[in-house]
Formats: sequence, C-alpha cells, structure tokens
Amino acid sequence: MRSDRGQSAPLGLKIAAACGLLFLHLPILLIFVYAFTTEEKSFVWPPPGLTTQWFAVTWNRPDVWEALSLSVRVAAISTAIALVLGTLCAAAVSRTKFFGRETISLLVILPIALPGIITGIALRSAFSLADIPFSFWTIVLGHATFCVVVVYNNAVARFRRTSGSMIEASMDLGADSFQTFRHVVLPNIATALLAGGMLAFALSFDEVIVTTFTAGQQQTVPIWMLEELIRPRQRPVTNVVAMVVVLVTLLPILFAYYLTRDGDQIAGSGK
Amino acid sequence: MTSAVSFQKVSRHFGSVRAVDAVDLDIVPGEFFAMLGPSGSGKTTCLRLIAGFEQPTSGSISIFGERAEGVPPYRRNVNTVFQDYALFPHLNVLDNVAYGLMVKGVGKAGRHKAAEEALSLVRLPGYGARRPGQLSGGQRQRVALARALVNQPKVLLLDEPLGALDLKLRENMQEELKSLQKALGITFVFVTHDQGEALSMADRVAVFNDGRIMQIGTPEDIYQRPRTRFVADFVGSSNVLPPDFVQRYSGQHCWGSLRPESIRVSRAASGEGVAARLVSTNYLGATTRLALDADGLKLHAVVPAGTALPAEGEAVVLTFNREHLHLMDEPA
Repeated sequence: MRSDRGQSAPLGLKIAAACGLLFLHLPILLIFVYAFTTEEKSFVWPPPGLTTQWFAVTWNRPDVWEALSLSVRVAAISTAIALVLGTLCAAAVSRTKFFGRETISLLVILPIALPGIITGIALRSAFSLADIPFSFWTIVLGHATFCVVVVYNNAVARFRRTSGSMIEASMDLGADSFQTFRHVVLPNIATALLAGGMLAFALSFDEVIVTTFTAGQQQTVPIWMLEELIRPRQRPVTNVVAMVVVLVTLLPILFAYYLTRDGDQIAGSGK
Repeated sequence: MTSAVSFQKVSRHFGSVRAVDAVDLDIVPGEFFAMLGPSGSGKTTCLRLIAGFEQPTSGSISIFGERAEGVPPYRRNVNTVFQDYALFPHLNVLDNVAYGLMVKGVGKAGRHKAAEEALSLVRLPGYGARRPGQLSGGQRQRVALARALVNQPKVLLLDEPLGALDLKLRENMQEELKSLQKALGITFVFVTHDQGEALSMADRVAVFNDGRIMQIGTPEDIYQRPRTRFVADFVGSSNVLPPDFVQRYSGQHCWGSLRPESIRVSRAASGEGVAARLVSTNYLGATTRLALDADGLKLHAVVPAGTALPAEGEAVVLTFNREHLHLMDEPA
C-alpha cells in the first residue's frame, strides 16, 4: 500500500471522510454556537442574535460553582486513589508470576468493560446493604473503580516494556527496595502514570451513570447539566458550562496521548 | 586462605527442576574464574546465587568468609555486569556509573569524580553527558563495566557480557577484560557458553552440565585432559572414543578422547592405522576440518590449510600418537 503514497485520494473517499468528520463534530460545534445565542428558552436555528452575556451569568451562578468544585474534587481524589492502586496492581501482575494472575488481570479491567449501569447498580446495592449513606466518598469510590483500570492499563504496558534486569541492577549496585523504586522504577513509569492519571481525571469529570447511582443530593457537573436541561430559563448557561467541560477534558486527553505516543521506544532495551 | 566465593553442597531447585544440584565450588581471591556450559546448565543460576538474586534451596554460600544466605543483593560487596547491560535509560552515562555511590550517599562532586575515573578506566572518558541510547553495544558494555567497578567490589560477576557483541569487538574486549582484571586484582567470575572465550580468558574453568559441575581445572586441564565424555565433547569438540576402541590402543577398557588436531590423515595405501573413509571436508581458513567414518565410528580431524587431501568419499588411514589418546575417568 506504500505505493499509494503521494497520490491523491479519490474524490468519493474525500467526501465520505468529510461527512464522517462532520457527523462526529457538528453537534459539538452547535453546542458552542448556542452558548452565544440571545434566545434563552429554546434552541432555535439560526440563533436570533449573538451575545456574550451568558459567560457573566454563568460566572455569577453559585450552583455552577458548586457542581464544578464537586466534580474537580471527586476527579482529583479518585485519580489519586487510582494512581496508587493501579500502579501497585500493575507492578504485581507484570513483575511476578502467581496462581490466578491472568484472572486478576481480567478482573481489574472488567469495570471499564461492564456497562456503567451495572457498576452503578452493584455499588448502590452494596452501599445500602452495608448501610453506608450516600456522600462525597461514595461518588469517589464509584469513580475510582474505573479510574483504576485506566491507570493500570497504562502502567502495565510501561512495566512490560521496562527491562526487568534494571531493578536487579539497581539492587546489585546497593539500592534497597525503596531507593530502587524512587530512583529507577518511578522515573521510568512517570510519564505512563501522568498519562493514566489525566485520562482517569477526564473520565471521572464527565461520568454520569455511575454517579447517578452513587450520589446523594450532590450534583457533579454532568448531573447538574441534565437537571438544567429540564428547566426553561437561562438555557445557554448549560452550553457555556459544556464548552468549559469540553476544554477541561480534551486538554488532558491530548496531553496524555502526546506523552505515550512514542510507543515503540522501549525503556531499558540494552541491546 | 579464605576463598573469594565458596559453595558447599549448594542446590537451587525451581519446582521439580534442579537448576543447581549439590554444587561444591571454591573460587580463589584474585583469579579469573569462568563458568562454562550449555544454556540451562545452571551456570547463570550459580552467578545469581553469588549476586543474591536467588537463594539456595539447600547448602551454604560464603563470600570472603561471610555467610551469604539471606543477605540481600544490596548488602553484598559483589557487583554484576548484566547480559543486557541493564543501563538506566533515564540517566546519562555519568549518573549511571555514579548510581552505586549515589545510593550510598556519596556527595555529587565526589561521586562524579569517581565515575569519571571509572569511565577513563574503561576507555570512555568524556562520554558522561550522553544517554545510554546514544551509545553502541560495545560502549554500553564498557559503561556497564564502569558502573560495576566504581563500587570497588570484592567480586565482579559477568553474565555473558560479550554475547551481544560482534566477533572483532568481542576479541578486543576479551583482551581488555583480562588486562583490567590483572591490573585491578579483583576476583572475576565470568559466565559463558563459548568454550573459546572461557579457555582464552580464565585462570580456571568450571564446566557445567545439568546443574552439576563436570570438571574444574585450568584451561589446559579441561582441554587436554577432559574427565567425562560431556567435557570432551563440549570443550573444543574432542573425538570421544568408545571403550572397545580405546582398549585396542591402550590396553585399558574405558572411554577415551582424542583432539581433532592429533589425528593425521593419509591415503589408504600408506600403511598401518585406522581404516576410515573421508566423508566431507570443511574449509575454515587457517585449518580444514575433516569428517571421517571409521567403520561406523564418526571422527573429526583438523589439518592445517594447504595439506594435500584425498577426495571426499575416498578410503584413508588415520594415525595418531598414542600419548595423545587421553583416557577418561568415566567408567565404560
């Protein structure tokens, strides 16, 4: 297929590609456009006029700030939990051989393969069985289940590409386990952890389904949006928040992609 | 005198596999000791037992008189040059070499100075700022050597360190390692599956097979006077002669060995000797290797290049000096 390089793609293919991209991204652009509309009760096309007043209105709405702050705190803490647990789990699975290793590897990945509604219902019934009242921490726990997977996947891939004899070399040169982790393991997995952490943060930030099952009265940003759509007033405020969410989640994902794209560069391949 | 490394009935079993099986071993301080054997013969496991990456299933190990069982690798005064070098890709060459001193708490100026000295020792001065990824295989090998030597170990372990290098580089490194070892006076323990390497570098060689030591001795001992069929065959591919054959020439009924270069090949008409047929000739540059068939017994002979040879398939007569026929301990 290399010989096709340099030749222009057929016109039909170009049109198909353009249609595909439009289909994917036009709705998102529409959301951006409606953030500037002057009409506040319904979304009419074309917008009757353009204004930036909704940014100021959004800025002054305390419920927006509450939702944003909750989302950021939940995402930060779930990511932190996921970083610790995911890394430890990845280290165990990739460094040692033990009975049931493949099973554990599958079980760790399962939460992200299962529909969110299953995870949500399971957690909700577990919480009520254990008599745990819904709170900030129940949301965090719910989010941590799938954040762990993302960190684990990134870390396990990096561990596999890191030469095992490097750890032995470090020990051989006089470093104990902690020094080896600090000076050899951590620097080698750092970018993978950063990438995994950012993906986890982004996933947690726009999670809806598990959150509806594990939250009490609190509203994270996506839940707040759903509620807001039912209310007839100040609709463009939702769009302004949506724009912010897109930016907040897109940037970390792009950065994570950038950090891990050099996939063929194998750390510690000495030959 | 205390041994540098001493093994007493050391075994290391992995499940039902006896990687190392009741090995006794004494390595003299300051010697260049080679562990030679095919892959899976237990030589690398022995090295890892000395380094502390493996613990013996039974038996005891001591390093300069100190019991080593249960002592973790980072508390042993022993350093390893790994087969894949295991350089740290996130550190530059200087910090790689200084790593051992860094974890021991030596200050930056002190450890960088020592690392520079170690780099000059392996003839890589001024390479400190580079990353391991920017070096060639031979240079990485030298960095790995410097990184191990900077800690001034009592024993330096080398795990097939020349395996990944090309022939020319390997020959150079062999000489260099040998003279480095002489200059530093450190005990070197060298693992290899290349008998030429073991014979040319080591003061003494231990030949491993199936987790056991078949023979320990000087290179000459091992080469000239193999004790078992395995050693004769593995070290320099001697001709192994069955007891019946040996009895005809020595009067003793035991296995024997005969070096390929000890056999003279002449045309069938030229008199007494072992009747054989020349199966094939193999030109090797300085020498020519002949495959022979003496009434079902397969033999090899090596003759200097340029010797006039019979054609392949022709009948020949083999003669050898009886002194060169070595009788092995292995019972018939």
